[in-house]
Amino acid sequence: MSKTMAIVGTDAIAEAMRQIDPEVVAAYPITPQTAIVEKFSEYVADGLVNTQMVKVESEHSAMSACVGAAAAGGRVMTATSSQGLALMWEILYVASGLRLPIVLVNVNRTLSAPINIHCDHSDSMGARDASWIQIYSENAQEAYHNVLQAVRIAEHPEVRLPVMVNLDGFIISHAVDRIDILDDAPVREFIGEYSPAYPLLDVANPVSVGMFDGLYGYFFEAKRAQEASMEKAMYVIQQVGEEFGQRFGRPYGLWEEYGLEDARACVVALNSACGTIRTVIEAMRQEGKKIGLLKLRVFRPWPGQELVRVLQHFPVVAVFDRALAFKGGHGGPLYTEVAASLYEAEKRPLLANYVYGLGGRDLSVSMVRQALEEIWQAAEAGRVASRVNYLGLRE
Amino acid sequence: MVALAELTGKKEYFAPGHRLCAGCGAPIAVRQVMLGLPEGVTPVVCCPTGCLEVSSTIYPYSAWRCSYVHNAFENGGATLSGVEAMYLAKKRAGQLQDDIRFVAFGGDGATYDIGLQSLSGALERGHHLIYVCYDNEAYMNTGIQRSGATPWGAWTTTSPVGSEALGKEQWRKDLTAICAEHNIPYVAQASISHWRDTVTKAQKAWEYSKEGPVFLNILAPCHRGWRFPMEKTIEVARQAVKTRFWPLYEVEKGEWRLTVKVTKPEPVRTWLETQGRFSHLLKPGNEAAVEHFQAEVDRQWAKLMHRCGE
Repeated sequence: MSKTMAIVGTDAIAEAMRQIDPEVVAAYPITPQTAIVEKFSEYVADGLVNTQMVKVESEHSAMSACVGAAAAGGRVMTATSSQGLALMWEILYVASGLRLPIVLVNVNRTLSAPINIHCDHSDSMGARDASWIQIYSENAQEAYHNVLQAVRIAEHPEVRLPVMVNLDGFIISHAVDRIDILDDAPVREFIGEYSPAYPLLDVANPVSVGMFDGLYGYFFEAKRAQEASMEKAMYVIQQVGEEFGQRFGRPYGLWEEYGLEDARACVVALNSACGTIRTVIEAMRQEGKKIGLLKLRVFRPWPGQELVRVLQHFPVVAVFDRALAFKGGHGGPLYTEVAASLYEAEKRPLLANYVYGLGGRDLSVSMVRQALEEIWQAAEAGRVASRVNYLGLRE
Repeated sequence: MVALAELTGKKEYFAPGHRLCAGCGAPIAVRQVMLGLPEGVTPVVCCPTGCLEVSSTIYPYSAWRCSYVHNAFENGGATLSGVEAMYLAKKRAGQLQDDIRFVAFGGDGATYDIGLQSLSGALERGHHLIYVCYDNEAYMNTGIQRSGATPWGAWTTTSPVGSEALGKEQWRKDLTAICAEHNIPYVAQASISHWRDTVTKAQKAWEYSKEGPVFLNILAPCHRGWRFPMEKTIEVARQAVKTRFWPLYEVEKGEWRLTVKVTKPEPVRTWLETQGRFSHLLKPGNEAAVEHFQAEVDRQWAKLMHRCGE
């Protein structure tokens, strides 16, 4: 049913793309995404895929070509990082507004300036309001599984929105890991056939795509419909994750829990940091300090109500952010979302925010230990000493 | 050369009822290009943002009798690249039997300026498509701002005439030549005033688009921006050719060829006189400006003649 391989994260993504065999891939190289494009180009050169690969002259053109190809009617994928995602930004909104199920793999890297090629989540967080579904992956295995599921989620008739799968640059993309690659046939059966809604290439039924909405047009209604589809995506993501579990033995939901059942404080985090955090929690639990981890997988749509049901029972919730929102000392984007949702809770937990790892600054076990000790003390004391904290910052 | 009789029964892909201005040059350029489409071929059209785009597809009405896609302003080349790539993928997989060909219509702002990278990329990659620039020499959709296609001395709202300025201070870039240097199968410069020349070039363009990228630059005057009576559009375009301001030529497989010879050119002043945007140049005391304009027209013509081996 699967083969176990020792490969880097980018190779795992390229494997997923080979199995999906999208009709069009349009991409431009950027560190640390580059190895995905290189590997996939080899697959094309060796005839292992039927993909028409468009090696564009920029990420803006990559996303523009993806929009054209998806509007023409078929499966379309791309991959990028950092400045590349930022350059796509304008067309991200066109892709979602035209309801095109493009799948984008974003290898998280920070944004300039200062120029820095290492990991943080500034890139994807900057695109958080672009109406793209955003899925995060702790490791290469999850990233591989998430890319396969992304196709089903994006193309679901009730959704028809583009999906961005995120994984941490270098930490995951360039590290060799033990990965189970599923067999092609069951993967292709899971992904299934795609039938586009209004393809340009249906000569018997010509369509106009991307029409001009006049002053008294339908823009507001179109955007409300898009928002409704994002709401539906919440359920489709869970259905697809459940079906994936039935077929391949590993189910996926909106998040993954560790030690929440008896915890007095809960950490919320995204991507690879969850591995370090889990290790520290493991050690502290043996000392009787019951802390839990909620590893968020789905950031868009935002599972606000679902999270409140779980998070409101903890005396303390600490949110780890690998990006800043530059609100002036009010914390990172993930913290802001969690805080806003908890306003509706019957019982509001105390909140703390830990900003870490900007520009690839290492998140060590000792840093996480320091943060989790503070969180534990807050749970004991019933008050948080410092709301927004910076881990690993040289003062 | 194409004959009028061949064209009278042809299907028109651009329907009446669009909201472009009366006297606009753009729809004339579109119709001349679409008249060159071979029988049995289905077109797919892409428009980057511009007058033609906003005026032909006001939801829920479309003036296009074929599939059409708009993405944004600066990405006509890349968008149509994607459409063509999907066509090739479907064709190779045996999922499509139809002969579909692809054309983009962009204004000079979308083509010379903001979309130049996207266009250049599409030409370099060798996609099977036609990119048509309907050149009206300024950003007309946003209200007559200067572009890389605006001639020296022209008034626009961002190259105003004042005590220190005689309109635009730079000459236009030669986009047709820039596209020709991409070594693509076919490039041509045309004018809506010379319909037979333009439709003949369009016929070649549709044929050559089976081999690779094609670029057509078609002069399409805008009476609002150029300041002339709306019924004079064709006359103003024709005078641009007769004065050698807008030479009609083609570059077929690397061979440069003049398609309309202008053996007895009229002074460029006679073209400037047709338009209010140049009226300041014609005032007493600005004779040197008109001479400067004429000298640049002569210089560029000589350069083109050299390329055409004339």
